[in-house]
Amino acid sequence: MSSTAPPALRRTPLYDRHLAAGARLVDFAGWEMPVQYEGVIQEHMAVREACGIFDVSHMGEIETVGPGALQLLQRLLSNDVARIAPGGAQYSVLCREDGGVLDDLFTYRLDVDRYLTISNASNHEQDLAWFRAHAAGVPGVDVRDRIDEWAMLAVQGPLAREVVQAISDAPLPARMRAETRSLAGAEAIVCGTGYTGEDGVELLCAAQDAPALWDEIVRRGATPAGLGARDTLRLEVCFHLYGNDLSVDRGPIEAGLGWCCKEDTGFIGSGAVRAVRERGPEERLVAFAIDGPGIARQGNPVIGGGEVTSGTLSPCLHTGIGLAYVPAARAATGTRLELDVRGKMRPAVVKDKPLYRKDA
Amino acid sequence: MAQASYPAELLYHPEHDWARIDADDPTLATLGITWYAQDSLGEVVFFEAPALGATLTKDEPYTEVESVKAVSDVVAPLSGEVVEVNQAVAENPGMINEDPYGEGWLVKVRMSDPAERDALLDAASYIATLAG
Repeated sequence: MSSTAPPALRRTPLYDRHLAAGARLVDFAGWEMPVQYEGVIQEHMAVREACGIFDVSHMGEIETVGPGALQLLQRLLSNDVARIAPGGAQYSVLCREDGGVLDDLFTYRLDVDRYLTISNASNHEQDLAWFRAHAAGVPGVDVRDRIDEWAMLAVQGPLAREVVQAISDAPLPARMRAETRSLAGAEAIVCGTGYTGEDGVELLCAAQDAPALWDEIVRRGATPAGLGARDTLRLEVCFHLYGNDLSVDRGPIEAGLGWCCKEDTGFIGSGAVRAVRERGPEERLVAFAIDGPGIARQGNPVIGGGEVTSGTLSPCLHTGIGLAYVPAARAATGTRLELDVRGKMRPAVVKDKPLYRKDA
Repeated sequence: MAQASYPAELLYHPEHDWARIDADDPTLATLGITWYAQDSLGEVVFFEAPALGATLTKDEPYTEVESVKAVSDVVAPLSGEVVEVNQAVAENPGMINEDPYGEGWLVKVRMSDPAERDALLDAASYIATLAG
């Protein structure tokens, strides 16, 4: 066998549905994923105005189980894991000793001693190894890879809850809650979370149940939406994307994620995070809008220091928007920036987060 | 335009551009991007027209078109000077998707070396580059 052949891409249980819907498929972190079906803007607006459904089964799941689960997670995750009640959810970052961000994660407490942590596809194997390496020193904890068992669907938009409620055996959990429900006869963990700035739920179900659940939700009016719309939706509301806005080269304080870091828990990296918080970061991640024509992209330099880490055209605001690291002295709302967009200087303004608000 | 289309009366550059040589004025060419180019990009959301008088060099990028997700260079199929730009497309870049060979044209150029047209592809040869 030739050693130059690229490794086969992984496919989610919904691959056939994407093909049938005419999706454009791309390699995303080793997965063959739909970037769009009909069009990014149309899918974006469907989520803002009605209901969209995303296949996010490429995301990883790590289950941490046993009487030592809390102790392990408290050591790994930046947030105060002890504050998650059973059926609760919490966002955190995973840091190295030097505070560099390894991943950003949602953790659901499924039961007293049972937690499910959602990892980014590109980081899943590394996260799992990190969890397991540190579990070795903690008694009474088991770390299990669940990526093959679970499919994950995100149903998002002002009508999303109504659509899912209609097939649920009980009222849906509130925002930031995660509970088991029967959806059209299939057992699923329903989570009141999302990555779009809209109301909605994320559903974890057995891989074999995913196609029928997808079909039922689409039949009830959800528009299939791809990773393209997922990116523009999250950027309008300034949610971080690992690999763009978060990396091991910068810490959570720089990224504006100090709110999910509780240094008193003693998590790995807490010393470094505390030091940056106390002395103030040299750079901060800001939201910007371009003042005039043009679209900045990841990697475009900011004149005077810093760089754009995410950029797109905002389908709702009709202008170029993005996130950029800039020197802390230039991070205040209203500060004028100049972005070097492939040699053209584009004026931009630092904006409050989120860039897009529902009632604006 | 939902279906692939490559009009026989146009000349094509393998970097997915077309040129229409004016029937009455053989050194005047209208340029645009092909159905394949706009379909690969998806919804075009930004096109900044080059300046009037700008010089194009065959096989070199002369402008960019952008979708939500990506930026794509537009390569000059012919050398010359920009004598007209399609401001309507700059204001409504979606016209490139809707009508890539008509209302979605990008620029008109006064060719500096009309013999360059002989290096361009006919529709059948261009379509052959898209296979495989």
